[in-house]
Amino acid sequence: MTGAAYDTAAAAGTAVYLYAVSRDLDPAAVPAAPGVGRAPVRAVTAGGLTALVSTVREADYGEEALRANLEDLAFLEATARAHHDVVDQVARAAPTAPVRIATLYRDDDRVARLLTERHDAFARALDRITGRSEWGVKAYAYPEAMAAAPTGADPAGPAGRDAGSPAGGSGAGAAYLRNRQAQRRRREEAGRRVTAQAQAIHAELAELAVAARQHPPQDPKLSGHDGTQILNVAYLLDDDRVEGFLAAVKDLDGRLPGIGAEVTGPWPPYSFIDTGDAAAGERR
Amino acid sequence: MTDDLSWTGARSPARSMGMEQRPTANLADLLERILDKGIVIVGDIRVNLLDIELLTIKLRLLVASVDRAKEMGIDWWEHDPSLSSRARRQADEGAPDAELDRQRQVLKENERLRERIAALEAAHRDDPAETTGGKKTTGKGGDRQ
Repeated sequence: MTGAAYDTAAAAGTAVYLYAVSRDLDPAAVPAAPGVGRAPVRAVTAGGLTALVSTVREADYGEEALRANLEDLAFLEATARAHHDVVDQVARAAPTAPVRIATLYRDDDRVARLLTERHDAFARALDRITGRSEWGVKAYAYPEAMAAAPTGADPAGPAGRDAGSPAGGSGAGAAYLRNRQAQRRRREEAGRRVTAQAQAIHAELAELAVAARQHPPQDPKLSGHDGTQILNVAYLLDDDRVEGFLAAVKDLDGRLPGIGAEVTGPWPPYSFIDTGDAAAGERR
Repeated sequence: MTDDLSWTGARSPARSMGMEQRPTANLADLLERILDKGIVIVGDIRVNLLDIELLTIKLRLLVASVDRAKEMGIDWWEHDPSLSSRARRQADEGAPDAELDRQRQVLKENERLRERIAALEAAHRDDPAETTGGKKTTGKGGDRQ
């Protein structure tokens, strides 16, 4: 399963999709399941590094086609899942640096050259994540944590709308505005409270991790969760710290009232690959 | 460990999990990792669009949650250079405070204007004559009331 086995010169109208670069990968660990576009995955090896690639049609993954296709959420999801499946399987077998989605080469020889030319940058990226894995933690505030205002609840309260209070006009519009402002103050106060809790959770977990990277909170439509997401962080863990970390998340989940914490993983080290490094040398 | 389904397979260290059935990743978790992470290499097919067009999808995915979180005053990621290009620029160049203040003022003013529009709409809901056509004020704020 090397690049030479594939006759790239004859494959007009195709390109080579690069998933990840791996080190010390057992050839038997090359995923048997198909990659993007249902094409079989193969390995291209050079200089002790293994690139996972598959052949895609330029009609789907050419520059023009990608421009349109990646705007299509269904196509994007299919590509993202196929990309992830390959990276994930390989990352469980050997240290693996994921490559950004939709990185395409003309043929396997070009990929082999990349492995040689960029060997040191890949090696540095792989050194950082060897013996480690990425875990995601999300924390949610449930309605009771968001709603309850423990001290100094807004004096205007829910009556604010009808009160016609003397401060600043008496029209319906002014009352509406006051009501909106009171609502916003209560939300902001609750927000500050849960933010402080989120930061405390993060501080506790970061102690156990090699590195952490914060992601923005997710849209509830996508996360499929009814709580308010207050924390969304990826942690890079040494393999021998994983169990302690999971126990800590579980403990937080049970300990904090109104706050739920959940963990996903292990992930390939997507969030802990230094993207700037490899790009700098390659850009012309 | 717990019945919570989100504890996907989190039972043992990563290296021993190869044989277990792998869970299907949540799309949001997946996209936030895959869209703009991983080693960036300029391939033979120049998909610079990753910086541009994908951004619109990211925005579609993220904007709703960002708006909601901001409403609650949770906006720490805006100051995190790895998440916000604005924060990154400021970290890189040390943007002058005056510029920051100006931006904040504009944002605040926009918010005030939006509230006023909402209030006016609420007060004149029965009046079919003029509508403001949505809440988004695209101007820099303060240009007309």
